[in-house]
Amino acid sequence: MSSESSPPTPNAFSAVWAIFNREFAGYFRTPLAYVFLAVFNAFAISLAFFVGNIYEAGVANLDRFFLYHPWLWAFLAPAAGARLWAEERRQGTIELLLTWPISVWQVAIGKFLAAWLFLATALFITLPIAFTVGYLGDPDVGVIVSGYLGSLLCAGACLGIASIASALTRNQVIAFVTGFLACFLLVLIGYGVFDEFIGGLFSPNIIEEVRRIGLWRNLEPFTLGLVDLRPFAYFLTLSFGGLGLSTIIIERR
Amino acid sequence: MALIEVKNLKKSYGSIHAVRGISFSVERGEVVGFLGPNGAGKSTTMKLIAGHLRADHGEAIVAGFDVSADPIEAKTHLGYSPEGAPAYSEMTVREFLRFAADLRNLPDPSERVKKTLELCRLNEVAHQTVDTLSKGYRMRLGFAQAVIHDPEVLILDEPTDGLDPNQKFEVRRILKEMASRKAVIVSTHILEEIDELCTRVIVIAHGEVRCDESKEKFLQRGTDLNEVFRKLTA
Repeated sequence: MSSESSPPTPNAFSAVWAIFNREFAGYFRTPLAYVFLAVFNAFAISLAFFVGNIYEAGVANLDRFFLYHPWLWAFLAPAAGARLWAEERRQGTIELLLTWPISVWQVAIGKFLAAWLFLATALFITLPIAFTVGYLGDPDVGVIVSGYLGSLLCAGACLGIASIASALTRNQVIAFVTGFLACFLLVLIGYGVFDEFIGGLFSPNIIEEVRRIGLWRNLEPFTLGLVDLRPFAYFLTLSFGGLGLSTIIIERR
Repeated sequence: MALIEVKNLKKSYGSIHAVRGISFSVERGEVVGFLGPNGAGKSTTMKLIAGHLRADHGEAIVAGFDVSADPIEAKTHLGYSPEGAPAYSEMTVREFLRFAADLRNLPDPSERVKKTLELCRLNEVAHQTVDTLSKGYRMRLGFAQAVIHDPEVLILDEPTDGLDPNQKFEVRRILKEMASRKAVIVSTHILEEIDELCTRVIVIAHGEVRCDESKEKFLQRGTDLNEVFRKLTA
């Protein structure tokens, strides 16, 4: 090794790529990843069949399948996202990341994309249910595709929230519980029981505005094949807002 | 030009003043030993130079780049091993070093990893995961990730902490091999290491520099180094 050679120029892309690779492979280093994928699929399918009665409904679409996805993501996105920063803090490796030639936002993007791809993997394993509907009936493929797109965006939004929770603590359990509670609140908003609860407190106009920030209210148009700008922007705002906020939290250590 | 320049660095945690205006500079070929009691501000000073913490006041310049204004450039020229040599426990030694090489965008990363494994005598544990490493290997791995890019500036926080005499000898050997081409700061509790490792001594206590002089001059302060240390850090 000679010190005459000038150090290589840092490259944002290679740094993000290195982080992304390490993180994504990291999920599969433990059996937990496979448990996660199995649990997601077991719940996604059985909720659609046994709670949503997708089969008895006799309609060739997947809206009863996607109906439960905000619940699933609210639970599983924080489960997958809890380690993002908390684990770096616990192991002390955050100190390496912060002293290597890479900016915090590059680390954050690499981590976020890896976690999102992991959640996407879980989602894509449910594709047989779409094929089954296609085999039994004559569904609108465009509607199914937009439903999957909406679910993926919803996962990203929950992950954005989870990454904030993870940046705040070195304890993965605390990160998970906090992230779950925040996502769970967004699931509840827009459900009848919750609306009745706040109905007594606020005027109908306010309640309508509050409903708009619920996860299901924004996922629903996607499951009907309506790719609207507003819910699209809503999910991306939560995703990148969470990403940005977690970056700021880590930078301000 | 000094490779490390520290000008009036200050850092507080709440009401605790960890570093109260530290200044010094380190030239190429110097190995500076940081001495001081626990909580004296040694680690904080190192973290400020390495860019892990942001200074409240003052500046740290590494290879001509201001750590807070130009962090990426500064960190490109710097190798830093934090206290306790943290590493990803689930990765193997080789994977971890490859990750460090890729992240730094080093040309021919597998060759770099191979050379670093040899330099730090990590070959026999290259396929072991980090969580199965003995303390000695783990400290060497921390050292390895800090030198994989052959940086001009090397900052090592207690690199020999908890090692047995043979392992300490190894770390010193590697350090001596490369020291003439670099500016190095090493913190230690072990006063005897000064003679073997350093060319210069900086004693830090209560967040201030209490003494900054050549090793020879420092060793002339008295035959009982423990006594010298106690007086300087009181």
